[in-house]
Amino acid sequence: MTDVRGTNGAREVDAAGRADWQRAVITTLTAITPTVVSVQLRPELWRPFLAGQHVDVRLTADDGYSAQRSYSVASAPDMGDTIELVIERLSEGEVSSYFHDEASPGDVVELRGPFAEHFVWRPSEPGPLLLAAGGSGVAPFLSMVRQRARLAAPPRMLLFYSARSWDEVIAREELLRQEQEQQGLSLYLSVTREAAPRRPGDFARRVDRAIIDTLLARLGAPPALSYVCGANRFVGTVADLLIDAGVAAGTIRTERYGGT
Amino acid sequence: MSTRGFTGRRPAPDNADRIPPGQHLVADFPVLSVGPTPHIALADWTFTLKVGPKSIKQWSWDAFTALPQTAYTRDIHCVTTWSKLDTRWEGVLVDDLLKDAGLEPPTAFVLAHSFDGYSTNVPLADVAGGKAMIALRYNDAPLEADHGGPARLIVPHLYFWKSAKWVNGLQFTTRDEAGFWELRGYHMYGDPRREQRYTND
Repeated sequence: MTDVRGTNGAREVDAAGRADWQRAVITTLTAITPTVVSVQLRPELWRPFLAGQHVDVRLTADDGYSAQRSYSVASAPDMGDTIELVIERLSEGEVSSYFHDEASPGDVVELRGPFAEHFVWRPSEPGPLLLAAGGSGVAPFLSMVRQRARLAAPPRMLLFYSARSWDEVIAREELLRQEQEQQGLSLYLSVTREAAPRRPGDFARRVDRAIIDTLLARLGAPPALSYVCGANRFVGTVADLLIDAGVAAGTIRTERYGGT
Repeated sequence: MSTRGFTGRRPAPDNADRIPPGQHLVADFPVLSVGPTPHIALADWTFTLKVGPKSIKQWSWDAFTALPQTAYTRDIHCVTTWSKLDTRWEGVLVDDLLKDAGLEPPTAFVLAHSFDGYSTNVPLADVAGGKAMIALRYNDAPLEADHGGPARLIVPHLYFWKSAKWVNGLQFTTRDEAGFWELRGYHMYGDPRREQRYTND
C-alpha cells in the first residue's frame, strides 16, 4: 500500500490561487468496483475545499490536444495532502478511459479548483440532512460522510444510495463501517438489479414513493437540506418524490450528470 | 505539460473550429440544474420586465406567444465542458420584448430571473441586437421542463449557465450584479472562446 500521506511534511496552503492549473501526482489507483477506479492525487499546493465541491482535471496529449472534466472530490476536506476521485468508466469517455487503462502511480496530471459553492455541506448548517445518491453520484457524499466522522457534534445524516448491484456499491465496506461507528449516521442501500436486499431494512428496487416515505420516517424530522446526486433521471425522480412527500423545493440541492 | 499515455479523441476536422478550448462534443443533451425541476403550468406562467425594482410590463403565456416569434440555430457550450452543435431555438427576441414594452434600454446590464430563484447577469450588448431570445421551443417542439421549459433565456455565445432555465423575468440593473453562479465561483461574463469559466479566468 502506497503511503498516500506523502513524505514531504506540512504542505503549503494556497487558497487564493485555486483557479490556476497545477500539477498533481497520481499516488494510487485502485479498482473499487467493476466500473469505478479510485484515484488518489497529491497536488503541488493544498487548496482547502468544502465537501461536495469539484475539481477540474486536464490531460494533454503530446501534440498539445487537451481534454478536461470535472470530478467531485470524494475524500474528506481535511486530509491535507491527497484528494480522492472516484472515476466511473464511461463509454467513449476519453478522460475516464485514461484513468482506467493508461494511468499509473507516479504519473502527473493537471488539476484546478476546488470550484462551485452550492452543492456543498458546511457542518455549521443545521440538520438533519438527507443525501440521495445514484451510482457514481455518491462521490460528494463520501466526502460528507468522511468529514462527519471527524466532527464532535454533527447533525443527523441519512444516506440513501441506489446502485445496480451489491458489487457496484462504491466504498461499500467503508460505508457499512461508518454507519456502525458514527452515531446519527444511517445508510440505506438499494440494489436495483438484484432480487433481494443483502441487509434487512435495505431495498432491491428503483427509488419510489414508499422508499422516500421510509427514509423520511427514519430521519425523524423534516430534512433541513436534501442533496441529490446521480444521473439526470434518478435525480429528477428523487427530487419530484421528495416534493410530493412535502419537502420544500428550496431545500433540495441537486447535481446531475447525463441528459436526454 | 503532456500527460503520459493520453492520446484523446479529437473532434472531426470539419467541426474543430466550432469547439472552444477545453470543450468536447456531445450528441445527447445533458441536464444540469441547482435544484428540482419546477413544473410550471402555462396558466400560472408570467414574464416580467423590470427596471431596478420597478415593473415595466408583465406578459401572460398567451400574450407572450402572441409576440413576434424568431427561430435560429446555434452551437451551445456548457462550462462543464460539453458543447452541442446546431441546436435550434424558437421564441421571442429580447429586442422584440423591449419593443413591445416600449422601453429604451435604461442601463447596460441585465439580470435574468427564474421561477426557482435562480438568476444570472448578462450585459445588454449580449442580449440585444438579435443575439438572445426567450426560447419556448427547442428542435421544433415545446421546450421540455428539464431543459428549462416552458421558457428559458438563450444567450448562445456565452457559457450555457447564462441561458437561465425557467426564466420569468429580465431586470435592468445600474451595475453589473452577480447572479447565482457568479456569486458562487463562476465568471461574471463567461465567454467560451476565452475560457472564462471561473471567477478570475
